Amino acid sequence: MSNKDYHVRFKNVQKSYDGKTLVVKDLNLDIEKGKFVTMLGPSGSGKTTCLMMLAGFESTTHGEIVLNGKPINKIPPHKRGIGMVFQNYALFPHMSVAQNLAFPLEVRKFGKAEVEEMVKSALDMVQMGAFIDRYPGQLSGGQKQRIALSRALVFKPELVLMDEPLGALDKQLREQMQYEIKHIHEQLGVSVVYVTHDQAEALTMSDQIAVFNDGIIQQLASPADLYERPENSFIAQFIGENNQLEGVIEKTNKNIAQVKLKNGEKVSALMVDVKDKGEKTLLSIRPERVVINPKASKNSQALEGKVLELIYLGDHIRCRMMVAQNDQFIVKVPNSSFHAQLKEGESVKLSWDKNDCRALKP
Amino acid sequence: MVFRSDEGVGLRKKLLRAERRKKFEALGLIAPLLLVMLVFYFVPIAMMLFRSIDNSQMARILPQTSEAIQTWSGEGLPDEATYAAILGDMKIAYEEKTLAKAGRRLNFDLVGYHSLLLKTGRKVEQIVEPPYKETLIALDKKWGDVRYWTVMERGLKDTTMMYLLAAVDLRYDDDNKIVKVPEQEAIYISIISRTVYISLSITILTLILGFPVAYYMANAKPRTRNLLMIVLLLVFWTSLLVRTLSWILVLQNNGVVNNLLMFSGIISQPLDLVFNRFGVYVAMTHVLLPFMVLPLYSVMRAIPSDYVRAARSLGAKSITAFIRVYLPQTLPGIGAGALMVFIQALGYYITPALVGGPRDQMVSYFVAFFVNEQVNWSMASALGVTLLILTGSLYLIFGKRVNIANMKLG
Ligand SMILES: Nc1ncnc2c1ncn2[C@@H]1O[C@H](COP(=O)(O)OP(=O)(O)OP(=O)(O)O)[C@@H](O)[C@H]1O
Ligand SMILES: [Mg+2]
Repeated sequence: MSNKDYHVRFKNVQKSYDGKTLVVKDLNLDIEKGKFVTMLGPSGSGKTTCLMMLAGFESTTHGEIVLNGKPINKIPPHKRGIGMVFQNYALFPHMSVAQNLAFPLEVRKFGKAEVEEMVKSALDMVQMGAFIDRYPGQLSGGQKQRIALSRALVFKPELVLMDEPLGALDKQLREQMQYEIKHIHEQLGVSVVYVTHDQAEALTMSDQIAVFNDGIIQQLASPADLYERPENSFIAQFIGENNQLEGVIEKTNKNIAQVKLKNGEKVSALMVDVKDKGEKTLLSIRPERVVINPKASKNSQALEGKVLELIYLGDHIRCRMMVAQNDQFIVKVPNSSFHAQLKEGESVKLSWDKNDCRALKP
Repeated sequence: MVFRSDEGVGLRKKLLRAERRKKFEALGLIAPLLLVMLVFYFVPIAMMLFRSIDNSQMARILPQTSEAIQTWSGEGLPDEATYAAILGDMKIAYEEKTLAKAGRRLNFDLVGYHSLLLKTGRKVEQIVEPPYKETLIALDKKWGDVRYWTVMERGLKDTTMMYLLAAVDLRYDDDNKIVKVPEQEAIYISIISRTVYISLSITILTLILGFPVAYYMANAKPRTRNLLMIVLLLVFWTSLLVRTLSWILVLQNNGVVNNLLMFSGIISQPLDLVFNRFGVYVAMTHVLLPFMVLPLYSVMRAIPSDYVRAARSLGAKSITAFIRVYLPQTLPGIGAGALMVFIQALGYYITPALVGGPRDQMVSYFVAFFVNEQVNWSMASALGVTLLILTGSLYLIFGKRVNIANMKLG
C-alpha cells in the first residue's frame, strides 16, 4: 500500500492534555481520498481532540499524522487546506454572509471578480443565494449551518472536517441536512471527516465509521458491517439495539460454538473474538432477527421465551421477554397478519439464524 | 361578533390591570433607589445647572433699581428716578453690607464696578437732596458712563449667560453683543482643550497597556486569571490619594526611579519625572487602567476560541486572523473601556493637582479653585456645565454604538 492512496493517516497517535491520562491512546486510522469517514463515539471519547490535531490546533503527544504523504506538524494550520465546520458554526458575527464566504478567498489573494463568483456559486450550492447580505445574527440555526458548510467548501479544500455540525438542529432539519451534506460530498468528491455521537447519522452518511471509545478505535467498518457484524461487545451494545445473553462455550466446531446459557439451554453462535472451550461469552442478537414460533429449519435453533410486556409501536410491536434468565430480551414483531398474535404471560418458541447470534468477549 | 368584541375589551382591560399592578410593584421595588438618585444625584446636578445661570441675588440687593431700570431704553443715561432708586438701594445695601457682593458680581462683567459701588456707598449718607443724577456723576464720572448702566441693566436680570459665556472665553461687549474675550484673558478654551487632550492621551495609553493584559487574562488558566484580577483590583482597594502620593515618592528627584538610574550610571542629573505632564500621564494611566481592562476582559472572555481557529483553518495567518476576526469582536469592549476612561479622566482633579505642574491642570482644578478660593459658585458651576456637556455629548455620540447598557464588568 502506498501512502498516496491515503489522504490522511493517523499512525500510533497519542494525546494527553494534562500529562497524566491519555485522551487518545493509540490511534491508527487511514482515510482514503474522497471517502466520507465518520468518527462516532460517546461524549468525551476524544473525537474532537482528533479533529483538532488534524486541523493543527492541538499537538500530538506521540505518533504522527500524515497529510497527503507529508507529516502534518511540518505544515502550519493555515496552509493545510482543510475546510472546517464547527459545532457552533463559528461564523464571524461582524461580517455579512458574503464577507464570511469571501474571507478564505481574500486571504488567498483571489481577484475581486473571482471571489464574487465563487461566493455566489458556493451559496447556490446550499440554496442560500438570497441571504448573501444578511449577518449571522439574522439567520436561523439551519441557515447558519448551511453558510458554515459553504464557507468551509468555498475555497475548494480537498479535506473537510465537520465536528457535530448538526448537533444543534431539530430532528427533521438534521435529516434533511444529512442528505444535503451527503450529496454535496458526492458531488464535489472531497474527503470528509465527520464527527458525531448520533449513530443514526453516522449510519446514513458514512462510507466508513470509526467507533471511538476509551481513546482507541473499537472498530472501523462500513455502516452495514458495523451493524451486522460488530467485532466486540462495546460495538454490539453501542450500535443499534442488541439482546445479550451470558453463557459459557461448551464446544467449538470451526467458527461455530455451542454455548450453554445460564438456565442450561444450549445454542449455537458465531465466534467473533472468543475461541476457547470453557471461555465465558456474551451472545448478541438483534431484536429484528428473532423469529417467534418458528417452523423448524436447518440453521435455526429454538429457545423458550415468556412474554412479559407488549408495546404497540404502529409498524411493529415491541415485545419484552424473559429468555434464559434475561428479562430485558427484546423482540420486534412486524405488525402484519402473518405474524403471531402474542399475549402477555404466554410462553413461545424463539429462534434465529446461528450466524446472527454473535459470541463476543464479555 | 358583538359578543366577541365585548369579550375582547374585557380581556384588554384585564391585561392592562394586571400589567399596571406589575408596574406598580416594580416601581415600589426601585422607589428607594430612585429617591436616593433624585436627592443625591439629580438634584445637585440640577442645582449646579441652575447656579450657572442664576442671578436673582442682584435683584434682591438692589430691588428699587431693578424696578426703575426697566423703563430705561438702553440709549443715553437713565432718568432721574433710576438714579434715585440706585441711591436708595445703595444706602440700604451699604448698611446691610451686601453692597460689596453686588460690586463683585458687577466687577466680573466690568472691571471697576466694585470700587465704584464701594466708593459711592461710603458717601451715600451725605447725598440727601436731588438732583441725584448730577450729584452722582459729580461724585464719580463713571456714573455718567452708559457702559456702567448697560452692565447694571444686564446684571439685574434674574438669569445671566455671563458665566457660561465666560467658561468658553466669550463675553458681552458694551453693545450687549457676544464677543470673544481679549486673547490675553482667554484661558478656559485652552484649559478645556488641554483637558480633552490629556484625557484622550490617557485613554490611548490605557488601551495600549490594557489590551494585552485583558487578552492574557481572558486566555489564561483560572489560577493565573484570578491572581491577575486581584492585582488589578488592588488598585481599587487603596485610596486614590495614597496611590497618587506613592507615585510622587517613586518619581520625585530623589525617588526610586531617579536613584536607580543615577546609581546605574545611566544619568548623572535626576530627571524631572513628576510635577509635570509626564507625572500626570503615569499616575492617571495607572489609576484608570482597570476601567479599560475590565470591560475589555469581559468582552474577550465571551469570544469563543473557535472564531480564530475558524479563521486559521480558512487560510488566514495568525496575524490576519487576529486583525480581521478577533480585533473587530473586541470593539464593544474597546469602546466601553475608552468611554469610561475618557469620561472619568475629563473630571479628574486630585491626581493632576498633586502630580502635575501649573500647566497640567484640568477643568476640575478650576472648578475647585472657584469654589474654594474665589467663592464664585456661579463660575464653578458654569465650568461644571461645560464638563457635563462634553461628557453628555460624548455619551450620545459613542454610547449608543458601544451599547453601554449591555456592558458588563468582570
Ligand atoms: N483543552 C483541553 N484541556 C484538557 N482536557 C481536555 C481539553 N479538551 C478536551 N479535554 C478532555 O479530553 C477528553 C476528550 O475530549 P473531546 O473533546 O475530544 O471529546 P469528544 O469525543 O469530542 O466529546 P463530545 O462528543 O462530548 O464532543 C475529555 O475527557 C475532555 O475532558
Ligand atoms: Mg466534541
